Order: sequence, then structure tokens, then C-alpha cells
Amino acid sequence: MKGLLKDHGMDYFLKLFLSGTAKGSIYALIALGYTMVYGIIQLINFAHGEVYMIGGFTALIFGGFFYTMGMPVWMVLLLSVILAVLFSAAFGFTIERIAYRPLRNKPRLSALISAIGISMILQNFVLLAQTEKYLSYPSYLPEFAFLQPFRQYINSTQFIILIVTAAIMVFLTALIKFTRIGKAMRATAQDKDMAQLVGVNINQVISITFIIGSALAAIGGVLICSYMGQINYYIGFVAGIKAFVAAVLGGIGSIPGAVLGSFILGWTESLGTGYISSDYEDAFAFIILILILVLKPDGILGKNQKQKV
Amino acid sequence: MKRNVIILAVMSVCVALVVTGCQKKDTSAIKIGVAGAHSGDLASYGLPSVNAAKLVAEAINAKGGINGRKIELVIEDDQCKPELATNAASKLVSRNVVAVIGHICSGATKSALGIYKDSKIVTISPSATNPPLTQSGEYPNFFRTIAPDDAQAKLAATFLAQTLKLKTIAVLHDKGDYGKGFAELVKQFAEEQGVTVALFEGVNPGAPDYSAVVNKIGNAKVDGVVWGGYHPEASKLVQQMKDKGMNIPFISDDGVKDNTFIEVAGKYAEGVYATGPMDTSSNPLAIMAVEDHKKKFGEEPGAFFLNAYAATLAVTNAIAKAGSTDYDKVTAALRSEYVDTPLGKISFDQKGDVVGFGFSVFQVQNGKYVELK
Repeated sequence: MKGLLKDHGMDYFLKLFLSGTAKGSIYALIALGYTMVYGIIQLINFAHGEVYMIGGFTALIFGGFFYTMGMPVWMVLLLSVILAVLFSAAFGFTIERIAYRPLRNKPRLSALISAIGISMILQNFVLLAQTEKYLSYPSYLPEFAFLQPFRQYINSTQFIILIVTAAIMVFLTALIKFTRIGKAMRATAQDKDMAQLVGVNINQVISITFIIGSALAAIGGVLICSYMGQINYYIGFVAGIKAFVAAVLGGIGSIPGAVLGSFILGWTESLGTGYISSDYEDAFAFIILILILVLKPDGILGKNQKQKV
Repeated sequence: MKRNVIILAVMSVCVALVVTGCQKKDTSAIKIGVAGAHSGDLASYGLPSVNAAKLVAEAINAKGGINGRKIELVIEDDQCKPELATNAASKLVSRNVVAVIGHICSGATKSALGIYKDSKIVTISPSATNPPLTQSGEYPNFFRTIAPDDAQAKLAATFLAQTLKLKTIAVLHDKGDYGKGFAELVKQFAEEQGVTVALFEGVNPGAPDYSAVVNKIGNAKVDGVVWGGYHPEASKLVQQMKDKGMNIPFISDDGVKDNTFIEVAGKYAEGVYATGPMDTSSNPLAIMAVEDHKKKFGEEPGAFFLNAYAATLAVTNAIAKAGSTDYDKVTAALRSEYVDTPLGKISFDQKGDVVGFGFSVFQVQNGKYVELK
């Protein structure tokens, strides 16, 4: 490692590290939604990646509409994000009602299969209703002049993604720790039946969790698509798998864990690409995953839950 | 004994008749085989060739044929399967065809070629791109009106080494058959021309971010980047490269020579080079062939239609120029005569690859791909 550093210099390391940080915050935006839902109902919501993709598409469509109406850019951004959040939240709410709630007391595998099914339905829905083509994604995000000298290291969009990820993490942690609904969420996560007995409306709590998770996915969709400059019906699947790995790595169910796992994944991939080869990017990611799961089966920040046999 | 004499007499009369028949002008039809996938899941690749051959044969027959002999097409289906291709080839041989337009798939073509070679039948494929079919020199009877798979990479390598005069390059690919195949060939041909390949790596297609590998390109201090793959990744790469202030040439393949690339990458696409088949859309013969197809079959022609049209024109022209259907004369005419086709003015080199049609380098200029001459 020292030899490698010497060969390429600290500057190169810093570039890779920041690239990994930016990549990690992209994964984190999606991983947060995975982990929230899992934390509450122990369901891997495979449709989460699709909700993120739908958020991106919604903002693209409305953004284009508002832009051609001649609105200022900041207003286009604001309105399209709000609409994307509303749309995705509605999708999240509906998915839970239709596909997961009827299966809540069935074996966990049933809900998982249902999630995979929903994921495919949504992909094909967008494929048919929109297009199979890659579309250009205009960025309405501001360009910061003060970042211009550092553009070799990080650009404005990456910076915004990083800030938003941090803000969301703080918001979610505060929500869960300090608010009434947060308390209800924690209660539902611990024991659904008991929570219900003490008067928590668990259906409402679970619905709210899906709404928040999906709204976050929409924000992620807008930001990540703006960064990539393109969108396609399939992007949710690819990003979803990586984000899922990140969530498991950090300890699925844990909010800071999802962010930490995402950063570790981003750094591993970037440094692995930079110093070894991008051919093995996925291999690095999964080697890290296996190593951590062997040493800490519940992920880095996951709670050790004893399962009764 | 007496009977034998009679038989002999009858036979000699027959022989005499046949001989005098030969001395008269031969007006029997010239049989040309058309073989390829005409059914099965690859039929859409093969059927347009049948239409093309029909159109050319009709046009020639309407003018009185070649040296007074009409053209008769013999159509055989191989479904792109090598085992069916040998059957089709044997059938065509037994029908005494003088030339074959086909086959369509490289595998089927290879298995049929040996049979044609033994029977000295000229074979012109509109679509078999597997390089060894011509380059091995094994099949002197084989020609094709499509550039082989490695022509694109050869062109890209020559272009970057000699036109752009790059010294050190990075070659990236998407780990897929097409992209990686192109990248490996570019690497090989570029190194043969003295270019250093400082970086050769595959990246994950569909990944949201390529900034790490872009940093690596920056660190490798290369003069240019070659991308083997498709446009979605290419547009992310050029965007992230230019974002970091890297303004080095970006050279790619037919997967990027697509208008979607320009739409998606927008201003970042400007200046990108891509190789692709030469533009034939302004060729009057191509326009006419497509119009004829629409008139006769009521729809736009399918894959390899123009290639098959050109192949049929080339072989009929060679027979006309040779003045006979003799194998040696026809192959010599194919190699020496130029003929106007929808693909342009084409001929064939010693190995059987088409001359005058193939790949060109295009560059994005003002939001459009422009062919560089």
C-alpha cells in the first residue's frame, strides 16, 4: 500500500478517496430507504430501486414541462423535486398496500417474492409507458463557483449529493430518536403485536415508513440522474443491488449503518479501481461484504438479534 | 453384336446433337443460389437477401438477362444452423448453381463453404463477418460485401496512430462480447503501430459513476481514450472526463455511433470520434433499391438488404464481364472489376474482402456525426 502511495502520490489517493465518497453517497441515498423498510417490517423491498427510478422520471417529465413554460431554473428544480417526491411517495404507499400488507402475516418469503414481482412490474411499466431508450437528463442543479478550482476532485453535483445524504441521515436519525412517530416506528420494529396492544396504529406507522423511504428515493433519483446525465427504465435495478449490498454491509435496519456501509463500498470500489483494476470492481465490493459478514454477521452497526429456534 | 451397333449409332447421334446444341448460343438460365436463414428466429437476417436477389434478377431479366441468358434463383433455407447449411449447400450443388448469395451467419457460412469450394462455386455473403473466413485464405471461392469484424478496430487503431498521432492511450471496455472484442483488437493493432496502451480495463456497464476510472485515466497521462462498448456508458465517461478538465480525444465504435449518444451526452459529445459503416444513404442506387423494395414488397427492407443487393450485382456483373460462368474467369472478374452498387463502387481484394465499402471514422461536429474523409 505504501509503495502504491509512493508511486502515484497523495494527490491521486485524495482524488480516488473523494470519488469513492461521492459514489458512496449515491449508494447511501438509495440504501437509506432499504434499511428503513427492513428495520420496520424485516422486508427487503426490492421495488425500492424502481421507486427511485420513477422519481427520476417524474422530475424529468415535469421539469421539462416547467422549463418550456419559461420558469426560472431554481423553481423548475424545486417544483419537479416536490412532484417527484409526491409521485414516488404515492407509489411507495400503494405498493405497500397492494403487495405487502396482505402478506404481512404470511411467511416472509411470500412478501419477498411479491417485492421482486413489483420491481419487475414497475420496470416494465416504465419501459412500456415511457421508452426503452436512454434519455438525456438535464441538470437543474446549481454550479458552485467556489468548487471550480477543485473540479479535479469533486464537482458541484457530487458535493450536493454528499450534503443531501448527510442532511437526510441527520433528519432520519432525529425523526426516529426524538419524535412521536419515531417512537412508534421503533415500537413497531421491536414487536408489532405488542405495539398494537399498547395503542400504536401499526398500519399507519408502516405506511408512513414507506412514504418517507419512497420520498427519499425520489430525491435520490433526481440527484443521481442529474449527476449521470441520463435515465433509463433499468437504472433502478443496477443501483438497487449495490445499495442493498451497502445496507447489508452497514447492518440492515440501521440508519447510520446504511450510510457507513455505502461509504465503505464506495471507497473500496474507487480505491480498488484506482490501484488495481476496474475489472474487479464488483469482486472488491463482494469480498468486503463477505469479510464483514463473516466477522460481524449483522453488519457493522447492526444489532445482534437472537433468533429463537 | 448387332444390337451393340445400333446402340452405338443411337449414341453417336445423341452426342452429335448435344455437340451441335453446344455450338449454338447457350440460352439456358444461369442458376444462382440464395442461401441463408429464411425461417426460424434469425429469419429476419436472411429474408431481406432473398428480396434483394429477386429484385436484381428481375431487373436483369427484364433487360434480356446476361448475354441472352436469364437468371434463375434457387433459394435454400439453412436457419443459420451449420448442419442445415451443409444440406442446403449440397442441394444447391446438385441443382448446378454457378454462384451462391449467402450464407447469412458466419457459422453456417463456414460449414457450407467447403462444399462450394470442392464444386468450384463462387460464394458471396452479405453478412458473414467472422474474420478468418477470408483471412485464413482457406476459401478462395469466398467473397463478402460486408467488412469483417476486425475492420472497425483496425480502422480505429490506424486513425488514432496515424491521423491523430497519439502516443499513449487508455483502452476501456464494458466487458461485453462486442465492446471487449473491439477493445482487444484496437489494443493489438495500436501496439503494432507503436502506440503504448497504458491502461486496459473493463468497467461495469450501468454503474452510476465512473469517476474513479476517470481519475485513473488522468493519472496514467494518456493522449487519448478508446472505448469499446455502447453509448450509455460512453456518454457518462465523456461527461465525467470533461468535467475534470480532460480534453483528450475519445475514440469509440459503432455502438456509440448512434444519434442517441449525441442526444444524451449533449454538449459533452462534441468532438468524439466513432467508427461506423460508411454512409450509403445518399447513394442513388441505394435509394432506388429501397424504393423498388417498397414498391414490390410494400415495406422497408430489412437487415443486410443493401449488402445482398450489392453481392448479387457484383456476381452478375462478374459473369457478364467474364462472358461465361467459368469459375476461374468469374472469380478473376470479381477481383478486378469495379461495379456500381448501393454500397458504392466496389470490388474485392485477393482474399475476398470488399474494397470500396467498409467503415469510416465519424466525428461529432455541431451536434451531428460527420464522416471524416
